Amino acid sequence: MASTGRTLIKGGRVIDPSLGLDRVADVAIEDSKVVGVDSGVDLEHAEVVDATGKIVCPGFIDLHTHLREPGFEYKETIATGTAAAARGGFTTVCAMPNTSPVMDSRSIVDFVLTKAAEEGVVRVLPIGAVTKGSKGKELAEMGELAEVGAIGFSDDGHPVSDDNIMRQALGYASSLGLPIINHAEVASLSSGGVMNEGWVATRLGLKGIPNSAEEIMVARDIELARLTGGRVHIAHASTAGTIELVRRAKEHGFSVTCEVTPHHLTLPDETVMGHLSANGPFDILTETAYDSNAKVAPPLRSGEDVEAMVEALKEGVIDFIATDHAPHGTVDKQTTFEDAANGISNLETALGSVMSLVHADSVPLPVLVDKLTASPAGFLGRSDLGTLRAGSTADVTIIDPDTEWVVEPSEFASKGKNTPLVGATLRGRVVATVFGGRVVYLE
Amino acid sequence: MTARGSGLAMTESSTRSSLANRRHVLDLDDFTRGEIEEVLQNTEVMKEVLSRDIRKVPTLRGKTIYTLFYEASTRTRASFEQAGKVMSADVINVSAGGSSVEKGESLYDTALTLQAMNADMIIIRHAHPGAPYFLARNLDAPIVNAGDGAHAHPTQALLDMYTMQSHLGRIEGLKVAIVGDILYSRVVRSNLWGLTKMGADVTLCGPPTLMPPDFLKGFPEEHPFAGITIENSVDAAVGGADVVMALRLQVERQRAGHLPSLREYSRMYGVSARRMKLAKPNALVMHPGPMNEGVEIDADVAHGAASVIEEQVTNGVAVRMSLLYSLVDSNGGGT
Repeated sequence: MASTGRTLIKGGRVIDPSLGLDRVADVAIEDSKVVGVDSGVDLEHAEVVDATGKIVCPGFIDLHTHLREPGFEYKETIATGTAAAARGGFTTVCAMPNTSPVMDSRSIVDFVLTKAAEEGVVRVLPIGAVTKGSKGKELAEMGELAEVGAIGFSDDGHPVSDDNIMRQALGYASSLGLPIINHAEVASLSSGGVMNEGWVATRLGLKGIPNSAEEIMVARDIELARLTGGRVHIAHASTAGTIELVRRAKEHGFSVTCEVTPHHLTLPDETVMGHLSANGPFDILTETAYDSNAKVAPPLRSGEDVEAMVEALKEGVIDFIATDHAPHGTVDKQTTFEDAANGISNLETALGSVMSLVHADSVPLPVLVDKLTASPAGFLGRSDLGTLRAGSTADVTIIDPDTEWVVEPSEFASKGKNTPLVGATLRGRVVATVFGGRVVYLE
Repeated sequence: MTARGSGLAMTESSTRSSLANRRHVLDLDDFTRGEIEEVLQNTEVMKEVLSRDIRKVPTLRGKTIYTLFYEASTRTRASFEQAGKVMSADVINVSAGGSSVEKGESLYDTALTLQAMNADMIIIRHAHPGAPYFLARNLDAPIVNAGDGAHAHPTQALLDMYTMQSHLGRIEGLKVAIVGDILYSRVVRSNLWGLTKMGADVTLCGPPTLMPPDFLKGFPEEHPFAGITIENSVDAAVGGADVVMALRLQVERQRAGHLPSLREYSRMYGVSARRMKLAKPNALVMHPGPMNEGVEIDADVAHGAASVIEEQVTNGVAVRMSLLYSLVDSNGGGT
């Protein structure tokens, strides 16, 4: 594929939910823009990419990425994080602000955007902090953050616990038309907890976090969205109860959206027991138990919750898939489960994980593509992203839906090798990623 | 190792053991009933050694055992140390205080250090559940769990079962009432695995706030603990029991909101002389120690005729000898 000029991606199954498209077609690209699908572009001067047997879709958008820079460059940098995004098929990532210093002011946003322009492989959109230092006390300067490109606000990792601050944040951000993205977790219920409350936690002797810790704050956030008219977005929904609350709120027409991670769609809490292929939560423990790579916030939930997530994704109660890519250094995970950091390095396994839902006939492939492209673009209000519409930016992801591969973290572009999927066989992978007309990843 | 060479009067069957393939002792969930029976049987032999005038056998001569204790302990640590020393092992104690742990050394690095010193076995106690599994995953040496947070305390469960069997002649069919802080108790978790495998009839009793939430919801049929009973009333739990085991109540539980006061706890859940009258006439009173007398157990019960609490400590040494013997043997053992 030429790095500039004309390219024709030929013979693939083109799935573009923004255009209601799902058929074998050719996608023509000229310079950084899409010329069109089956547009009859002059083939004489175009480089042809054979996509026969592959899926061709708009580049994926991740609304929830931890790039770690500035402050935690040993975990990830903007360079490595965006390279990981490209390998995972993501052409847009939204950077969470829990860097050091926290992205709560224009100068940090400027730093991240400058770095992204210089070293980034794909598009980086910043998420500003809700409160100064994400301390939950005083609102950050959201107006200025919005001016320099913040697409929303979040204190992710730290729930906005103070009800009044959340009310003010929603009210203030409503004038900017931007969402508050909340990590919903009531601290007094989750305090000391390190995994999902239930039989697995009990047998492991680990303190559990009940579903209510999430649901109580989701219920509050919905009521405050109703009160203020602001937009609230529930980050990484993990429980069946959350889904019920969001479903009802949407039926009432409140401005509530939510996302789900690949791991909450696919991995139950017994993953902490450390054997992915074992016989369920009543099996005996082995040396692989207490897998700190399966420690994540919110925690991996019960099998029933996982099923509820899949159902909600299919029904549309869940607006989109977001990775919550949370890379860590080895030192952060190579310790006891209690001491280990929360998070999963997700960008490079996201597609392979969620493709298991397609292969199990749980979620149709076009729905899955929608949740990675058009839906998050709609959330961002960016009609130029997540689409192959003529004239839009040429962000394209090409997938081989059937190839099986074994997850080997040492091959990750991400510095974060922390995944409970190490050694797992996934079916379906990204074979090429085009960002703004340039090939940024090719298998 | 042969029984003759070890100075131990082992029977032929106990030396050709199912324990022979065991690498670690992390919990009792992966013990078969046969393995538990074998440990208890070998413990009898070790008791005999402990009753000798010269309490020393050469079984583990030349072996180096490290105890790595990240939590305070009197009996468990001393018990392991004595067990090793009676069997002629070199036992080296490392505790968190006064070691490189105080200088910020990680558990991983400390463990690698012990491995570099050619530890033949590492016995670990840690406040974090799973710490022994972490060592087992990262080291070559056999690991023995001497208590990991609220998860497991397999040697305590084995000595509890030995004590029951030595007094009552069996474990199968015994009615065992365990009373107190079930939620945070590693002793209970290991005992549940052991006692259910051995066919005891177990009843758990404690305030609902100190009971694992999933236990209160009722066990699914396929749950390994599906046969145990959860009882609200201590009187009902103790009624007709062969064994009454009281559990230590940490005073922190009151501050964390689990209960109103120690006074009320003692009234509602304390093992008292009056309650013991409801148990079988020859019922045993047990406690893993250390006790809060007057809280979870009354002093007159703790030191009364039915109490085998001190004997549990003595048996602990013999049980640990039995395990060390089997483990060193199965891991390419003594010469």
